[in-house]
Amino acid sequence: MTYIAKPKFHHPGLKKNALGYTHRDYEGKISTLCAGCGHDSITASIIEACYELSIEPHRVAKISGIGCSSKTPDYFLGNSHGFNSVHGRMPSVLTGANLANRDLIYLGVSGDGDSASIGFGQFAHSIRRGVNMTYIVENNGVYGLTKGQFSATADRGSKSKKGVTNTDNAIDLVAIALQLGATFVARSFSGDKSQLVPLIAAAIGHKGASFIDVISPCIAFNNHAGSTKSFDYVREHNDAVNRLDVLVGRDPIAVDYAPGTVQVVEQHDGSKIALRKIDADYDPHDRLGAQTFLARHAAKGQIVTGLLYVDPEAEDLHEHLNTVETPLNALEADTLCPGSAVLDKINASLR
Amino acid sequence: MKPTDIAAPDYFHKVVDCQWACPAHTPVPEYIRLIAQGRYSDAYMINWKSNVFPGILGRTCDRPCEPACRRGRVEENPVAICRLKRVAADFKDDIRQRLPKPGPKNGKRVALVGGGPASLTVARDLAPLGYHCTVFDADPEAGGMMRTQIPKFRLPNSVIDEETGYILNLGVEFKGGHRIDSMKALLAEKYDAIFVGSGAPRGRELELPGRKEAAANIHIGIEWLANVSFGHVDKIGKRVIVLGGGNTAMDCCRTARRLGGEKVTVVVRSGFDEMKASPWEKEDAIHEDIPILNYMVPVAFKHVAGKLIGVTFQHVKAEYDAKGRRNLVPSGDPDQTIPCDDVLVAVGQENAFPWIEQDCGIEFDKWHMPKVDPKTFASTNPKVFFGGDAAFGPKNIIWAVAHGHDAALSIHKMLSGEAVDERPLPEVQISSQKMGIHEWSYDNDISPDKRYKVPHRDKVVALKDIRAEVELGYDVKLALGEAHRCLNCDVQTVFSTSLCIECDACADICPMDCITFTANGEESDLRQRLKAPSAHPDQDLYVSSDLKTGRVMVKDEDVCLHCGLCAERCPTGAWDMQKYFIEMTHAGSTCPTKSRSAA
Repeated sequence: MTYIAKPKFHHPGLKKNALGYTHRDYEGKISTLCAGCGHDSITASIIEACYELSIEPHRVAKISGIGCSSKTPDYFLGNSHGFNSVHGRMPSVLTGANLANRDLIYLGVSGDGDSASIGFGQFAHSIRRGVNMTYIVENNGVYGLTKGQFSATADRGSKSKKGVTNTDNAIDLVAIALQLGATFVARSFSGDKSQLVPLIAAAIGHKGASFIDVISPCIAFNNHAGSTKSFDYVREHNDAVNRLDVLVGRDPIAVDYAPGTVQVVEQHDGSKIALRKIDADYDPHDRLGAQTFLARHAAKGQIVTGLLYVDPEAEDLHEHLNTVETPLNALEADTLCPGSAVLDKINASLR
Repeated sequence: MKPTDIAAPDYFHKVVDCQWACPAHTPVPEYIRLIAQGRYSDAYMINWKSNVFPGILGRTCDRPCEPACRRGRVEENPVAICRLKRVAADFKDDIRQRLPKPGPKNGKRVALVGGGPASLTVARDLAPLGYHCTVFDADPEAGGMMRTQIPKFRLPNSVIDEETGYILNLGVEFKGGHRIDSMKALLAEKYDAIFVGSGAPRGRELELPGRKEAAANIHIGIEWLANVSFGHVDKIGKRVIVLGGGNTAMDCCRTARRLGGEKVTVVVRSGFDEMKASPWEKEDAIHEDIPILNYMVPVAFKHVAGKLIGVTFQHVKAEYDAKGRRNLVPSGDPDQTIPCDDVLVAVGQENAFPWIEQDCGIEFDKWHMPKVDPKTFASTNPKVFFGGDAAFGPKNIIWAVAHGHDAALSIHKMLSGEAVDERPLPEVQISSQKMGIHEWSYDNDISPDKRYKVPHRDKVVALKDIRAEVELGYDVKLALGEAHRCLNCDVQTVFSTSLCIECDACADICPMDCITFTANGEESDLRQRLKAPSAHPDQDLYVSSDLKTGRVMVKDEDVCLHCGLCAERCPTGAWDMQKYFIEMTHAGSTCPTKSRSAA
């Protein structure tokens, strides 16, 4: 880890966003992860996406569990709310926070151990309920903090750093998220920011459960020949179905792709996603098609990346439960606790 | 773009902006680090080797290094390089044991005309090699303009005595009070080489109505300063006008304030911002209650019965023609007469070579300047070399030193039977600074401190005594703070393409967004695609060869803090921080040899 603080000086020509912030203003503390960790690139991508969206840092709640990935919220959005929860319990804490205050932007940051092992059930239920959040899994296929054992997302047949072959089947979190009804599902790669940054920006704009699986090579324990989560392997087997640009507000990005290959998806918050198709047959609005596509390519050893599924008309948990629109902390005491007369009335209605 | 050739000595030299800008190419970051470590003598010796007069230059240098300093592009102010040089001189121990010894005589004799910085540098370089150097000067003591033109409140005699003494003690013969009146006669003395470092000794005249009549109270700036310096002049009228906007004008007005001038005014033809004087010298003058009036052209000296009573000025304004050239045209305001008792004319200096006869084999150009080779400093007479202000007109001390080194090298090569125009390459050393995983042998924690002010003597006290030095210099604590502001630009970021796995860690951590991984292209195109805008095209792009993904690494050297975070966050050691030490080749080291330098 680096012992010095990152210098406060920044490039004098840095552009400022609508709030007058540079991307440096969205940073947190200096990373304590190993040098070259893919997670640091995801951190940089989150910073870039929040900067581009001109998000006010105090409107974001970043919530994580335990693990290398779950340490990363300390490294971005230093002026946001944060909660570092128990191992695997990020989805529950996030769900609770979201129910209490729907006005914040919820960033759930987790890893393959946190979400595919100890927190697998938590992950499933938060997705199933349609919590309005951006759930990012920083997926490196190993338990890095405990020196490189296979995690539940390690592919069968892949080799550990010591040369042991993995005999267990892998959990594909993207496939599970699709099956559980996530309304925004994507996969990307920490080594491809041009794809990852707009995906994160689009996910933040999506209302409903957004899930992004980011393959993030572990330099220390999973970046060798025989690994299926190494920089080289992912670059060789990356099969991107599309690339996208997020168009925010009044600044449309000039898209000069050949006509017919760009698909514009309008989101709830008014932003637009311009999807440039790479695979002409791929339809990101077809959940079933996506599942089949994914399974077929996985069997060929290919890693499908891009925006795999999006439902622009999605609903979230608050709509399902018909909850009050005002965050609980903004409600007056007599609204929150209307007194014994109201309680009697409710009790009477249940008799 | 083609991959950057970092083996070319100039590439990394350019990154060390201060050293690149310094005419003598002093290894600035190296000596600043030594100051931070309290190794003042070591810092002094690095300076002494390169610029010969650290104590003098640490007070008076025109500091071309400071506008070039990278820190000035990162925040408001550059590192106070010049004043740190003085720190090395102020706090060093007795370094006389570390100076070279006079070499065994080689039987060759070199005459040096003028005892200023250029000649003394030549003598410094040649004497240890065994040359018999004879320095001639019209003044009784060595130092030239450093002694005569720079006021003592900026540069005390003790500093000049010390640093000229180091050179004269190398067995150099100094003939003071000995003006050379004839080149022909000098040539007849059969010296093996002659170096002319006689400066630009003539102050420019201002021929205006009344000049002759009021001559008793109109003085030529540099002559007047020399007279003050030698004690021939010790007072001036209460109301003084200084004409001119260069550093000599600033020295004149501040000197006048100390000799009885109560109302001293500087008047310049052009705008305040275009004045030739260094900004800090203007500041110092203003601080001593000297107003600087601009856009006023003197038209006449007013006098009554031979007594000067004032100067009349025409008000002008700047107009720019189609080619962008500036013309000063009358503004239409009525002329103004400023009353005064004395006028100091500091409107420029000129070279004068009345003592060089036409048939000496030394050719002159149409501006009456000798034809001098800008690289070798040889004149058209192969035995005669020029340097300092005598070669290319008035510049400043550090240029004279640089000329002196080059001329000494030429003289040595000529007298060793080598081709004078074959110049040896500088000596370059580059070595990794890595000590541990995140440990470097230099301090890479960037100081956020603003530039420290140099303490000044109280104005009331300073104005009373013309020999009281105004600047007191940094104390050890201030020097340490200022030294920490240096960005260690000589500790270079060195990239190894074959080791890079394109994990982006360096690009993510870089506080200045210097590093971009992108498809290669022409330079103008690449500059458009960098992570942060490229504001200074004169700053190089460091481009790698093709990486595995077909992209290249592009680093804009412009505002790199040399913090080493790219190397700390690189998992494969593709980035390394390597100290680059470049030393110009001086006479006697024509064949570079390995020598250890301080860490």
